[in-house]
Amino acid sequence: MKNKRGVICFKNPPSILGYAAVAGDMEANGPLKGKFDKVFQGDMDGEKSFEKAESKMQLFAAKQALKKAGLSPDEIDIAFAGDLLNQCIGTNYGLRELNIPFAGIYGACSTMAESILIGSVFVSSGYVSKSIAVTSSHFCASERQFRFPLEYGGQRPLTAQWTATAAGAVVLGKQNEGKVNVKAACVGEIIDYQIKDMNNMGAAMAPAAVNTITKFFKSTKTQAEDYDMILTGDLGQVGSAILSQIMDKEGYPLKGKHSDCGLLLFDRQRQDVHSGGSGCGCSAAVLCADVLKRLETGKLKRVLFIATGALMSPTANQQGESIPGVAHLIFLEGNIGHGNCD
Amino acid sequence: MEIAISLLKAFCVGGLICVVGQILLDYTKLTPARILVGFVVLGVFLGTIGIYKPVVEFAGAGATVPLTGFGYLLSEGVSQAVKTQGLVGILKGGLCAGAAGISAAILFGILVALIFKPKKK
Amino acid sequence: MNMSYKEYGQLVKKMSPGSPIYKTFPLAFLIGGTICSVGEALRLWLSSMNMSKEECGIWVSVILIFITAVLTGFGVFHKIAKFGGAGTFVPITGFANAVVSPALEFQTEGFILGVSSKMFIIAGPVIVYGTIAAMASGTICYIINCLGGNI
Repeated sequence: MKNKRGVICFKNPPSILGYAAVAGDMEANGPLKGKFDKVFQGDMDGEKSFEKAESKMQLFAAKQALKKAGLSPDEIDIAFAGDLLNQCIGTNYGLRELNIPFAGIYGACSTMAESILIGSVFVSSGYVSKSIAVTSSHFCASERQFRFPLEYGGQRPLTAQWTATAAGAVVLGKQNEGKVNVKAACVGEIIDYQIKDMNNMGAAMAPAAVNTITKFFKSTKTQAEDYDMILTGDLGQVGSAILSQIMDKEGYPLKGKHSDCGLLLFDRQRQDVHSGGSGCGCSAAVLCADVLKRLETGKLKRVLFIATGALMSPTANQQGESIPGVAHLIFLEGNIGHGNCD
Repeated sequence: MEIAISLLKAFCVGGLICVVGQILLDYTKLTPARILVGFVVLGVFLGTIGIYKPVVEFAGAGATVPLTGFGYLLSEGVSQAVKTQGLVGILKGGLCAGAAGISAAILFGILVALIFKPKKK
Repeated sequence: MNMSYKEYGQLVKKMSPGSPIYKTFPLAFLIGGTICSVGEALRLWLSSMNMSKEECGIWVSVILIFITAVLTGFGVFHKIAKFGGAGTFVPITGFANAVVSPALEFQTEGFILGVSSKMFIIAGPVIVYGTIAAMASGTICYIINCLGGNI
């Protein structure tokens, strides 16, 4: 198979050496209770602002992932990281003290897959031997930047999603150094189906997920049955329903293999998150708290992780622009697994 | 008894005005800020053409507490000011009538910011 | 993906749950009505103390604004507003919350560029267009007065 149009099959698949997830108290009381490396208490965890609290979470996630990989920051060649805040301040201040060569990225909620993807290409190419991917989001910090002040009494529509307060980090190294390999990836296109509703991000992102997943299936000549889990980032209830309906129509039914991080992080019956979780921290935390563990232990073998991002800007939105979506895919396989993607 | 009737009138009229706002919120893409602006301007308009005054006389706070009432207050203020001060009244009347409410909101806003810390939803 | 923007828009509409109006309408009515009757009770109480009609109106607003500010500060207001919807933001309480909540939120950016400048991000338009409308209304009154009429 040829690597083209964003689909990449790694000749030397990099592997995951360490990972960590941290979450706020609400996330830690959801279905993934007890699986996080650390739970941050309150909205600020003793910091002076929500933004500082987000940086603190991200720093902890990065340090913890390094610790679990048995590495120190100066053994890492490059960091790809980002978050939702303007100028990615969660990352810039969070990773400041680690002194790891740093390339900041912005992919909205798709950042976790994007940073692992870029890191994998770097490691696989041989130019670097170890990289780290880090991302975070914070409900309060995002809400005040993108929407309304926290204490403002507005009603959230049922299609709205809840930005997760969470962070995740993944350390990547050479093939088979770790127990989970990044076998392939697919860089998403900017897909815009003219959704303008800031309170329906799932609908804005679903076409991007469709595009990336079908492109990957076509290029690799695989289908849903070939994987144990097809994990989208944070489409939420509305976006997930749209995704599975369109995938059926496109001739690539997901056949019960689909899960969504936004639905796994929160319990929608019990927690007031409406359509589900969102934010870069959401997919990062679900991946690092749960899915990677299951891949390591062999409970899952082949997982497609498709983090979706709504490239929403309040400025563009106020100027009447629609919300473009992007979805980046990485194909993760446990070492005990088998088969190549080409 | 009279008090109960006044309260009931205020409850019904105020409640209905709020339901109009809720209809706009649920059936249109209007944001709360736009709906508020609409209500105030509507209040000024209804006050000017003399429709709102009888509603205020009937329902009391049921008509003055919703933001249409704020608009009505501005229109009353400006019409009084024009009568007593002429042209200058056009500039002064509205804000003078709303001054107490706006000043109170500013004062309490600053005080709350001094005393409290923001919290999650 | 084989779908026009229009078709996709229709699919999204079909898949997106609407607001549960069987809940939101009665709640807006109940909570909005309750706030207005609290206002009415205050008005009756104040006027029983020989206050003028105008003074009563002002004090009712100020007291409701004060209550809203305190509830916003304690983080209670938005919990009521979650159920009340338009029932809490259409009355003067909504205006007060729109001023107080950004003031509270942006204290981390300081008292000049944070609290005081962000105070009007939501309520500003209400004051601006209220004032403009009042000036338009005043102009009409002025013209009618000049023509010898009375409004």
